[in-house]
Amino acid sequence: MKIHEYQGKDILRRFGVPTPRGIPAFGVEEAADAAKNLGGNVWVVKAQIHAGGRGKGGGVKVAKSLDEVRSLASQILGMQLKTHQTGPEGQKVRRLLIEEGAEIRKELYVGMVVDRGTQKVVLMASSEGGMDIEEVAAKTPEKIHKVAIDPEIGLTDAQAADVAKKIGIPESASGDAVDLFKRLYKAFWDTDASLAEINPLILTGDDKVVALDAKLNFDDNALFRHPEIVAMRDLDEEDPLEVEASKFDLNYISLDGQIGCMVNGAGLAMATMDTIKLFGGSPANFLDVGGGATAEKVTAAFKIMLSNPKVKAILVNIFGGIMKCDTIATGVVSAAREVKLSVPLVVRMKGTNEDLGKKILRDSGLPIISADNMADAAQKVVAALKKTKKKPAKKKVAAPKKKARKAVAVKKKKVVAAKKKKVVAKKKKPVKKKSKFKGAKRGKKK
Amino acid sequence: MSILIDKNTRVVTQGITGKTGQFHTQTSRAYANGKACYVAGVNPKKAGENFEGIPIYGSVADAKKHQGVNTSVIYVPPPFAAAAIWEAVEADLDLVICITEGIPVRDMIEVRDRMRKQKRRTLLVGPNCPGVITPGEIKIGIMPGHIHKKGRVGVVSRSGTLTYEAVGQLTELGIGQSTAVGIGGDPVNGLKHVDVMKMFNDDPDTDAVIMIGEIGGSDEEDAARWVKAHMKKPVVGFIAGITAPPGKRMGHAGAIISGGKGTAQEKLAVMEQCGIKVTRNPAEMGKTLKKVLK
Repeated sequence: MKIHEYQGKDILRRFGVPTPRGIPAFGVEEAADAAKNLGGNVWVVKAQIHAGGRGKGGGVKVAKSLDEVRSLASQILGMQLKTHQTGPEGQKVRRLLIEEGAEIRKELYVGMVVDRGTQKVVLMASSEGGMDIEEVAAKTPEKIHKVAIDPEIGLTDAQAADVAKKIGIPESASGDAVDLFKRLYKAFWDTDASLAEINPLILTGDDKVVALDAKLNFDDNALFRHPEIVAMRDLDEEDPLEVEASKFDLNYISLDGQIGCMVNGAGLAMATMDTIKLFGGSPANFLDVGGGATAEKVTAAFKIMLSNPKVKAILVNIFGGIMKCDTIATGVVSAAREVKLSVPLVVRMKGTNEDLGKKILRDSGLPIISADNMADAAQKVVAALKKTKKKPAKKKVAAPKKKARKAVAVKKKKVVAAKKKKVVAKKKKPVKKKSKFKGAKRGKKK
Repeated sequence: MSILIDKNTRVVTQGITGKTGQFHTQTSRAYANGKACYVAGVNPKKAGENFEGIPIYGSVADAKKHQGVNTSVIYVPPPFAAAAIWEAVEADLDLVICITEGIPVRDMIEVRDRMRKQKRRTLLVGPNCPGVITPGEIKIGIMPGHIHKKGRVGVVSRSGTLTYEAVGQLTELGIGQSTAVGIGGDPVNGLKHVDVMKMFNDDPDTDAVIMIGEIGGSDEEDAARWVKAHMKKPVVGFIAGITAPPGKRMGHAGAIISGGKGTAQEKLAVMEQCGIKVTRNPAEMGKTLKKVLK
């Protein structure tokens, strides 16, 4: 589970990690009040979204007057903040953090994760703070220093001091840094965090170390013992379909493709997505219905899959073990009826009560395409998808060559109108680009 | 022969009084030699009672004392599962198979640390795994027994249903399995691919191995490097998650690409370099293995 920066800093403060003073704000006047309460004459207005890279995206600004706080707050609140982690559509900013300004002498990085190799929590630190740490790791791995922490003893003074020295913290601030690292580890351990990142950790003009940022993720499996952290969950930051799926104990993740998949088991679900890709399709989601799915769960899964407008065909792949194929078949049939399924559906079933399941599908009278194995299923669903695509394409023989794919997604009339406009605009461009790939594609279709 | 378990294994079920534990104890007992293998259950509050004739003891140590159990299977709910693992380790069993899904990572870090520091000899499979099966002899876990066939191919995998998929393909081709091991999808677990690979290498009744992995971590790469240096038998591999986006946890807590590490492409490349015959089509795991058998 992820939380906001201001929530992360609240937790760190509780463990005694030094952070700048700050107050969250949900509106423009609230932001100005926050700045007034903080006092001083420099404030930082920070967009609160779960994704990283907010500064680069224009979500972090410095204000030198209360009026400037107001104008920046109104600018940032409600904006679609785009960062390398949000995807092209960005994430709407609904919360701000107003913080006192800090004097930065040096920007450092410190983070903690669970390392699978050593099966311990590892402290990572670098002198290259404020930057994309993955880039630092890729380009200059020698600038990242790691130390594995003994779970029984915790982070030792010697380990912490060694790391502080390696990332260039001067002797005069070393004691404070050791203290901060140890407190950060305690916060990580006690809250069952899965990731902690302070980027940047700063060294101020008067030799203080301060956590200027705070990113904390938590182990979902341990949330049962941290109700105070569960209370920090912000559903606005999560994919609504993923939230809906979690209510039914379904494991769902939205992807960019057009083929919805419903599978039992995480590994098999990934393998099914891979097979779709292997045969030229593209998955619209990851969906693991788990080991003990009921007919109701299958129906819920279907509805969630279909509420993604990108889905143009569905592939169900079930390896019945504990879960029986006839149970799944019953669920699939009732779900298909209930949602008045209008996209092609391919079902592959294997394992316990396979024949019974197949019979239920056959007898349902629904146009369900049956497949024998994963490859067969993937090929059939890709072929079915191509067929549905052909229809709108045929209607528009005279229509422009561009964007044939989008035609399926949007309502017909609007598309035709929009397309005509686009073609007029595009015609001015050199002919080369046009013929490059779209031409080839159309040739194939004919 | 086989690895880890066989018809002489004596099993205690921890969590035998829960719904899941009861269901899977029943189906496991009905498989092959199960009736003779499942000899005890544990529940401190129900010591002296029995489940369908299987005596229940107050602790794993008691079950060992009275029934000579050497292996435990755990269906205990997540908040108490790590303690259950430790109880079995303290009782000095040979093997603990933990099926439970959803154990906090911190709990697993602590148990694994204690096992290492005290140099415990008990092996751990899982958690969050389907279990282990030696077809025709014994099934410990939640896998469907009937898709398996006794034979000479070893299977090791992080995923449940994907393991069934591989086993199903082998059986359909008439190829039996020596032992199939599900090591589980959690980031901090017991046996890893490389550990199981070593056992298959030493097992005179295993001729070849299918190794199934998924995104996240570097277990598959470690195993591949060991295979290159030591393995005397052919190995076939598949990695799930080529299409998985980075930073998203794909069902299993351990299946996540983070910091650009643990991608399927990276794993497949290392496996190929190490002489493992990989397929990118999961429908062809069985066929790929058939090709490497002489």
